[in-house]
Amino acid sequence: MAKITFDGIEVEVPDGTTILNAARQIGGSIVPPAMCYYTPLKGSGGKCRACLVRVAAGSAKDPRPMPKLVASCVTPVQDGMVVENTTNPQVLDVRKGIVEMLLINHPLDCPVCDQAGECDLQNFAFEHGVSTTRYQEERRTFEKIDIGPLIQLHMTRCILCYRCVYTANQITDNRVHGVLGRGDAAEIGTYIENIIDNDFSGNVIDVCPVGALTDKTFRFKSRVWFTKPVNAHRDCPKCSGNVVLWYKGNDVLRTTARKDQYGEVKEWICNECRFEKKETSDWTIEGPAHIDRSSVISANHYELPVLNQSVVADLPESTQRDLQKNPPLKLGN
Amino acid sequence: MGRKLLTEHINVEGIDTLEVYRKHGGYRSVEKALKTMTPDEVVEEVKKSGLRGRGGAGFPTGMKWSFLAKPEGVPRYLVCNADESEPGTFKDRQLMSKLPHLLIEGMITSSYALGANTSYIYIRGELLYVLRILEKAIAEAYAAGFLGKNILGSGYDLDLHVHPGGGAYICGEETALLESLEGKRGNPRNKPPFPAVQGLYARPTVVNNVESIAAVPVIVNEGGDEYAKIGVGRSTGTKLISACGHLNKPGIYEIELGLPVEEFIYSDEYCGGIWKGRDLKAVVAGGSSVPILPKELILKTAAGENRLMTYESLSDGGFVTGTMLGSGGFIAMDETTCIVRNTWNFSRFYHHESCGQCSPCREGTGWMEKVLHRLEHGHGHMEDIDLLVSVAKQIEGNTICPLGEAAAWPVAAAVRHFRHEFEWHVTHAKEAAQPGAVYRANGVLV
Repeated sequence: MAKITFDGIEVEVPDGTTILNAARQIGGSIVPPAMCYYTPLKGSGGKCRACLVRVAAGSAKDPRPMPKLVASCVTPVQDGMVVENTTNPQVLDVRKGIVEMLLINHPLDCPVCDQAGECDLQNFAFEHGVSTTRYQEERRTFEKIDIGPLIQLHMTRCILCYRCVYTANQITDNRVHGVLGRGDAAEIGTYIENIIDNDFSGNVIDVCPVGALTDKTFRFKSRVWFTKPVNAHRDCPKCSGNVVLWYKGNDVLRTTARKDQYGEVKEWICNECRFEKKETSDWTIEGPAHIDRSSVISANHYELPVLNQSVVADLPESTQRDLQKNPPLKLGN
Repeated sequence: MGRKLLTEHINVEGIDTLEVYRKHGGYRSVEKALKTMTPDEVVEEVKKSGLRGRGGAGFPTGMKWSFLAKPEGVPRYLVCNADESEPGTFKDRQLMSKLPHLLIEGMITSSYALGANTSYIYIRGELLYVLRILEKAIAEAYAAGFLGKNILGSGYDLDLHVHPGGGAYICGEETALLESLEGKRGNPRNKPPFPAVQGLYARPTVVNNVESIAAVPVIVNEGGDEYAKIGVGRSTGTKLISACGHLNKPGIYEIELGLPVEEFIYSDEYCGGIWKGRDLKAVVAGGSSVPILPKELILKTAAGENRLMTYESLSDGGFVTGTMLGSGGFIAMDETTCIVRNTWNFSRFYHHESCGQCSPCREGTGWMEKVLHRLEHGHGHMEDIDLLVSVAKQIEGNTICPLGEAAAWPVAAAVRHFRHEFEWHVTHAKEAAQPGAVYRANGVLV
């Protein structure tokens, strides 16, 4: 076991835990954002640099600070480590820079993007970024590619987190797609424009933090915040069958895997469950799905959403007073 | 004239054959090490020599070797980094193509010291002809019993392989090199774990530059203490400098560390001064990624002392008034060089070579290149100059591997020392956009 201090809060975690996972054990607003790290995927993380933190003391044995900011998602904790995230202005400043970098080649086509509303990049930019850009050059663009009849790849939106590459490598038999090219010309691709043809290919859609990989059975059907998430399950010979159905009226518009509060898939689901079973009669309904993250989906529904207390603390005082006078939202912790 | 430890026989006819190389004292270090020394004694000699990594970072080689984890029953590897692709650096290519046996001898002795039974030379893809020279030399070494099973009857086995890369600059970063050697995409790994613990195939691995390994035979032959006598302070031994740019005699020079920069540029023994009788404007002293310095600062430190060709003297003053010895790619620029154009050129290289794995480098290198392109072609604004510095700062230190810094440093340094040229490109946009236009103090075109 290793004891670390994260933003002044002490926590004890098993040896080998990453700083990010230690912070997640504490929870709340001190958890560094992660755009590429994905717990179920081995080898993910370290790429987006959104989770950079400062290590003010390396360990009890060697209390020197680390010279550079470290990626908390891939750096293991040491006993006696002292980490600064939200308490360090340099970290917050660098994070602003990361948002800017991630957005310079992003098309910002949120108004027509299916991911809008449940997009990690949107949330990240909203919470940590600035509202203007200093970038005035042309953005890189790619043609849309259909990888198979069910998934569309729109590389222009991709932030190269490599999550889908790891998913395709790790949960299916054949390695079907990877990264081609280098630098800002790098693209996710199948070689050569091959289709992805296996029972679990649909999971790449769930892991994508942006709208680069989208479900073709759902494209342009509805904004996600007009749909209602409902937990459901069925007996599936291939996967666990535990899913979230997204309803609009009585229609199931799409099916996704269940995700935890950090947007990570709990159990992979198969393509049959995801793309083919779109009738309520196919499923056993469990009840409304709780969306734990601060997102527009949870801000619109029958279930009272939880507004994070720390978010409220950051709002201007006048807004806070309004919130107290007529609370439209339940205040959580 | 300084001593030449590596390149003494480089111009001997047929030195690339084993026979001639043996006649000039080749493979003595292998015999000495394998027959009379234990591996730890070899490591000790290298430590005593004070040899520092010649690939750019200047980390003490002996210390790197002693960090190598040595768990029982697990193979260890020595990998030679011959992926030399930094603009301005071309010393390893020459060393390998002329003296292939020197590198092989160094690999055998070093592998023995580290207890590695399989070693690799990872060579840049474009240097295919050098790869053929090395393979021929390795075949000769196998035939003569310097490689293979039971070398010279000592009971030590070593297999040496040469592996060509695809010609990516990023594969010169040690963990990207290892990924590429394993047959994967050459993306740098997150550290820790460091290669000394988990390197090639997740085994303990040492990655050394060609020149560092080529120095090992000399150290073993002459002794570490003897080697340490050459040089100044913690910069010991000799260093190959590949001098290029506007010099009368560009080329590769083996210098004793501690040589004054002024002597290196102006003496007839070395570069012979600036060509066409022109004046020196700036120098990039250690390959394109180190900060550029104007004439005043490269010849003398900010404190007014003579700048020497050592790790310490060149980095005197930090990045405010200093630079780095780096890999020894010495680029001299005369007064007709446009610094903005030059910086754009460097930046274009890093934009092209960024692996695209982590966001600050992937996006930032392209951004800097585009802004520099705009400035150079007369479409820049005054804010762009500060923007460049700011983007460079956002990349520096926040990336997985040092390529981010390598891309950010030259831009930041060019603005730091030559801000007036960037400003001139904005205020005199039309003139500056003309081909060959160069800022002069009196504002006159060349």
